[in-house]
Amino acid sequence: MSLDTFNKECDTPNQAIDGAWLSARGLFCERDERILFSNLNFDFFPGDIVRIAGPNGAGKSSLMRILLGLSAGFDGALFWHGQDMNKSLYDFRSQLLYLGHQVGVKGGLTPEENLAWFNPKASQTQIFTALKKVGLAGFEDLLTHGLSAGQQRRVALARLFLCDKPLWILDEPFTAIDKEGVAELEQVVINHAQNGGLVILTTHHELNVPVKTVMLGTQESEMPLC
Amino acid sequence: MWTRLKRLYHKMGSPKWFYEITSQWSPWILLVGSALMLTGIVWGLAFAPADYLQGNSFRIIYIHVPASLLSQSAYLFMAVAGLVGLVWKMKMSFVVAKVIAPIGASLAIMSLLTGAIWGKPTWGTWWVWDARLTSMLILLFLYFGVIAIYNAIENDEMANKAAAILSIVGSINIPVIKYSVEWWNTLHQPATITLTKKPTMAPEMFIPLILTILAFYCWFAVWVFARTRNEILFKERKTNWVKKLLNNDKGAQL
Amino acid sequence: MLMALLKRDLLLAFRARGDLLNPLMFFMIVTSLFPLAVSPDPKLLGVIAAGVIWVGALLATLLSLDLMFKNDYEDGSLEQMLLMPQPVMLMVLVKVLVHWLVAGLPLALIAPLLGLMLGLPNGGFQPLVISLLLATPILSLLGSIGAGLTVGLRKGGMLMPLLILPLYIPVLIFASSSVLAGVQGSSYTGHLAFLGAYLALTLVIAPVATAGALRISLAR
Repeated sequence: MSLDTFNKECDTPNQAIDGAWLSARGLFCERDERILFSNLNFDFFPGDIVRIAGPNGAGKSSLMRILLGLSAGFDGALFWHGQDMNKSLYDFRSQLLYLGHQVGVKGGLTPEENLAWFNPKASQTQIFTALKKVGLAGFEDLLTHGLSAGQQRRVALARLFLCDKPLWILDEPFTAIDKEGVAELEQVVINHAQNGGLVILTTHHELNVPVKTVMLGTQESEMPLC
Repeated sequence: MWTRLKRLYHKMGSPKWFYEITSQWSPWILLVGSALMLTGIVWGLAFAPADYLQGNSFRIIYIHVPASLLSQSAYLFMAVAGLVGLVWKMKMSFVVAKVIAPIGASLAIMSLLTGAIWGKPTWGTWWVWDARLTSMLILLFLYFGVIAIYNAIENDEMANKAAAILSIVGSINIPVIKYSVEWWNTLHQPATITLTKKPTMAPEMFIPLILTILAFYCWFAVWVFARTRNEILFKERKTNWVKKLLNNDKGAQL
Repeated sequence: MLMALLKRDLLLAFRARGDLLNPLMFFMIVTSLFPLAVSPDPKLLGVIAAGVIWVGALLATLLSLDLMFKNDYEDGSLEQMLLMPQPVMLMVLVKVLVHWLVAGLPLALIAPLLGLMLGLPNGGFQPLVISLLLATPILSLLGSIGAGLTVGLRKGGMLMPLLILPLYIPVLIFASSSVLAGVQGSSYTGHLAFLGAYLALTLVIAPVATAGALRISLAR
């Protein structure tokens, strides 16, 4: 899908399209007196893989933080399952898995303990299987700060195998992962979408399947404030 | 009634409206405040009788008391403005809260200085750990915290919200602090002369005090408005109305 | 989820138990500076002991507060916690509880030893320990607000004392005078009642304020 689809005037300005999981209407964000994006509209459906793209400083991280509800510095409306996001925040967060720049893995805990904290209900067997899938079999009970940077990220990625959250928001998930790992991870993302999940990610890596792209940092957003 | 209130609220949220309305009000408030101050000071300094215990040195209350009172209310104003900003997301009220902080701190310093000057003839020393002076000192510390947070956080919006939280917590704590300091003071210094805590004050002394207090409030309002308008001009410097305003000013000067 | 957080944080604290000793050692060093600076005269020390121990406890708490959210902020787990469906306030309460268990409680336990070294008269020990047990949670609660406000700042360590110390003053006043009352042999239940009331107040305010502060600090 091309970028025009997202920036044009929306037919339903104040409500989400039926069946859409995550929708935005008229998003506007300004940082340091620079407009990052304005009148951004989109509807994401189950089964979508959405890539937020754009050059450095175009507002990819800002948009992600707005979607997550971590940043209040924007105008416009967000909808989750057609409901105003402010009213459905609990529901949204219970269905969300987010991997950020810092993945939230504790060096002072073992990979197993790290995963147990994220998924208190998971059994030890489930955790071991997930760790095995990210290639960390045999590392379950070593302290995580002894592992390499890539391995530490893999601990966090193991969460993808462990949880049943339908919405994934992934910030640069392919960083510090080796080539084989990237291919496997890509497959996980594709599988999740095919199973009816929604994946929103930022990455410089080209995926092998068609994705929706939200392109930020177009000419339009360079306009000065007045 | 409700819709009118709502309209007023939306207007107050607009920097342009705030700028224009306070530009109109400020000269009048300044005038009233100065008239009150002049009357109060002349009355208090020249005509009010001397205190039977402290002689003429008590006359410093005409500055000390208004400064102390106002510096306490200023903290409350700041917290309320911060609360309004946090709850109703009104940006103008954050600006007001921000400009109050240094004004309130300077009033607290003024109160401490005049208190010390008053203390010299009364107690024979510049500083005594008197309950009121100590509370004022702690209030100054609370202001320091708020100012420090404005300085430390570069992002304006974050700094405003953080300072609002701190000033709200501070204002909830102020009664506790005051109470505990007063209690502590009676515990350690049972019998000293407390400043300003006269059983009864003669009306000839009291009325000028009221006048100067009101005058301080007026001046405070003008001061807050002036600083807020400065902030507005800076914040909105790229908008058309400010450009127009500044160009007109330039034209007028030429 | 909250139990998992409690378990995780206690485990982390236990694994880094060397760090936990730092505030305690600081507490001991600071209090032993006073006899060196003022006078080793037992009479004089007995009078100032309560105040010295309490000031030391305040400073030691400040030192440990910096770590309440810092590590979680740096490795991204704080962000994960804010994105959990549970209210952030409850998470803050767990963090405060952990901080008190690993930083406040040890202060209360070691204080009698310092009281002994400073020649605290006999009647003072009981109120010293009780006031520390009652008031160190207040220090953790109020401190969490400062820690939350400064967590994203590089210069946060210097800023926090400025924000928090003025709020600690009522605690200092009532706690140290409860010890004095105990030394003089008079009743100190009133002081402790005040501390209890203040604890209740801060228990209401602090989690809300800290949750707000954390949201602000993470909304870059």
